[in-house]
Amino acid sequence: MDINRTVDVLVIGAGPAGLAAAIAAREDGIQSLLVLERENAPGGILRQCIHNGFGLHRFKEELTGPEYAQRDIDRAAELGIEIRCGVTVLSVGADHIVTCVSPEGLLRIHAKAIVLAMGCRERPRGALGTPGTRPAGIYSAGTAQKFVNLLGCMPGRRCVILGSGDIGLIMARRMTLQGAKVLACVELMPYSSGLNRNIVQCLQDFDIPLYLSHTVVDIRGRERLTGVTIAQVDAQRRPVPGTEKTFDCDTLLLSVGLIPENELTRGAGAEISPATSGAVVNDALETSVPGIFACGNVLHVHDLVDHVSSESFLAGHAAAAYARAGERPAGFWPVQDGEGVRGTVPQRIRKGAGAAVRLMFRPSGVFRGAECVVRCGGRIIAKKRAPIFTPGEMAVVPLDAESVAALDGPVTVSIERS
Amino acid sequence: MQTDILIIGAGVVGCALARVLGRYEADITVAEAGPDVASGATRANSGIVHAGFDAHPGTLKAELNVRGAELYPALARELGFPYSQCGALVLGFTAEDEETLRTLLQQGEANGVPGVRLLTREETLALEPNTNPEVRCALYAPTSGITSPYEAAYALADHAALCGVRFLMNSRVQRVFRWEDGLWHAVLPTGEIACRVLVNCAGMGSADIHNSLCEEKLTLIPRRGQYHLLDRLETLPFSRTMFQCPTQMGKGVLVSPTVHGNLLLGPSAEDIDDPQDVSTTAEGLEGVLETCRLTWPQASVRGDITNFAGIRAHEVNGDFIIGAVPGQTACYETVGIESPGLSAAPAIAERLGAQIAGDCALVPKTEVPAPVPLPRRFAEMTDEERARAVAEDPAYGNVICRCEVVTEAEIRQAIRRPVGACSIDAVKRRTRAGMGRCQGGFCSPRVAEILAEELGVPLTAITKFGGKSRLLTGTLKDPGKEEA
Repeated sequence: MDINRTVDVLVIGAGPAGLAAAIAAREDGIQSLLVLERENAPGGILRQCIHNGFGLHRFKEELTGPEYAQRDIDRAAELGIEIRCGVTVLSVGADHIVTCVSPEGLLRIHAKAIVLAMGCRERPRGALGTPGTRPAGIYSAGTAQKFVNLLGCMPGRRCVILGSGDIGLIMARRMTLQGAKVLACVELMPYSSGLNRNIVQCLQDFDIPLYLSHTVVDIRGRERLTGVTIAQVDAQRRPVPGTEKTFDCDTLLLSVGLIPENELTRGAGAEISPATSGAVVNDALETSVPGIFACGNVLHVHDLVDHVSSESFLAGHAAAAYARAGERPAGFWPVQDGEGVRGTVPQRIRKGAGAAVRLMFRPSGVFRGAECVVRCGGRIIAKKRAPIFTPGEMAVVPLDAESVAALDGPVTVSIERS
Repeated sequence: MQTDILIIGAGVVGCALARVLGRYEADITVAEAGPDVASGATRANSGIVHAGFDAHPGTLKAELNVRGAELYPALARELGFPYSQCGALVLGFTAEDEETLRTLLQQGEANGVPGVRLLTREETLALEPNTNPEVRCALYAPTSGITSPYEAAYALADHAALCGVRFLMNSRVQRVFRWEDGLWHAVLPTGEIACRVLVNCAGMGSADIHNSLCEEKLTLIPRRGQYHLLDRLETLPFSRTMFQCPTQMGKGVLVSPTVHGNLLLGPSAEDIDDPQDVSTTAEGLEGVLETCRLTWPQASVRGDITNFAGIRAHEVNGDFIIGAVPGQTACYETVGIESPGLSAAPAIAERLGAQIAGDCALVPKTEVPAPVPLPRRFAEMTDEERARAVAEDPAYGNVICRCEVVTEAEIRQAIRRPVGACSIDAVKRRTRAGMGRCQGGFCSPRVAEILAEELGVPLTAITKFGGKSRLLTGTLKDPGKEEA
């Protein structure tokens, strides 16, 4: 098929990541710019996140999800950025040819630079191997959120929530406020995978018990869910017999992790990191395929949208620069995960890169009174102390421009007891 | 209500028989207990069209399996359901296994299975390099195939419906009896149906019907099989169905590609009491994985997108029971249709259909409507075909299920098919929307909206699979009662 259109920068996804990338590219002077969005409106998952707490870092105020998204949508409109909604991208080629479809037809677009910003999806029940029946009433927390906040429907009246991811916690509060009874939030790990503020504001404030080191071991009900059994787990995360507790409920919400949605990325031939399930990128957020960039939750799962936006501005600037010059980096210094660290992004820093780099990662466990240490060769090039490092919160460690310019070997990030 | 022929059960056998009988001048009704075609054993099984070496020569299982396997390729082409003759290996690890494989080889030869032969260790590993290197030998059956059992049943039902067969869902037959009007009467939840000819294809429920009519009682044992389904991959570790040596409980645990590019591990084999208990258990799922490691040492639940269980109706004497019900007139049955029941289904229908047509002197229709071939999946189209499809129907341009790339057009067609989808699961099995790695997380609200629109009901009336399996308990304004 012929190429229907050529652009300098193509952004896939008009959630917070895609919007920020597009805004950055346009602010850098990219006129030939197109954003593709599969939903009927821009905003991404923020559209259904009607609770507040967004934007504290970026705007210094507490916004709801739709309000946060609207700021970027308005800015994009001011800049005259073309966002095409209802368009699903079917494939991205290493040759920068993007095939997409909408009710208007099939379209093939060639872009000098591409920014991948497709977001993530929720882990389903199957991934947990939870045994039992398969009745109606089991939803991922985000699906339930869509039913309640966008479709005005109640998925159930008596809920148990498995997993303490942020969406699950938010839904515990949301369901309660809508008059449903949330009986328990059950977390496999000895710590929550959500933000502490959500534990306080969404569970504790409503007296919803949080069962740490517990999991759902049985699901009952033929047609509609009638109950679940939970049990404590041991250090190997295996259920401990005799600790079972049953709940009569009609709804089980799953908030058991998010997975970056990288089918298009894989199709483009980009290397995927097993630690983040996102693309392996350099400090310009460029994947292993030249001129294809990734940002936001498709790159690695973020805790705060503010981080998504700042990361995505960087990707937009980098894509704009690539579209202009198309320079190939001379080589990379690898960034490696050390003790206590999982999935550091970026995984590579360009040799001779002169700008500051923000290293982001998820701690692999809970560490108190520890510090994050970044080493290059024998030298410590950055340190960051925090009262607590926990998997629920993204750790961010800046490397200043000087340290980046002085790199002379692989970089290792670790959490060390101080 | 009155009909000429009443078929009880819309599993793959009932649907195949309905299609065969639909070619004759007769008023035919199929009464299905479940909310959809393929609600019982057909819904959840391995999806293998067996080559036919497992059954003892001279049994109905042997004869009908081999004939069924012969019929499948053309049937799948005609009706447009997925089928692939991928071949199968039965692995042997010990001297005893090798003896078993020799017996299977002899059975295969006696049953007339084409091309079946023994492979050395080296030949086995050359064909399937991810096999456990401790393998000693294998039996190779090139004509073994895979299909999608419920899609086969939907296609058969759709063609039967085009031929005028009536399908009644949620219609469990509670009792059958011969009334003084000389007709058979079947009691359904909604009333009675009178018919000239009664055919019992009720799967797990078939023994109860048989036993209500015959002195000689039959016993069906619900044998549950649990499965792991793994995500689609660019290249699967195996391109053929990998069996281990059969056991007392059946053909053992297999590792097989599916027609949709997933990998299937299972089934377990547990005799249980409740014929409707399709729950999975931690032990069952773990057992399947453990057993699979003999075939595939790297087997792991990483990549698991779902697990499920199905029930096969095991008849204690071991063979299919097919034909006229002893001591009754105008009454037929298919009982004990466990593996290789799916493989044999077209042959069972061919054989029993001919018997019924002969006994009842049915007159063939002068014209039988051709099946409406299933539209090609958008996911499987070339870009040129996609462009044409969208030009013809813009709803092809609206992708609803992103994991499996299923469009609005396909979902609407599934609801409008002759035996159309009425629930989320019914759409899922017909179109694959929700079958992918997110398991309907993103698309199920959209599918529910489309269903509500097509069926002309409120969103809150949509069910997962009929009955009381409602997705939603109410709206924000009217949240519904607390039931628990």
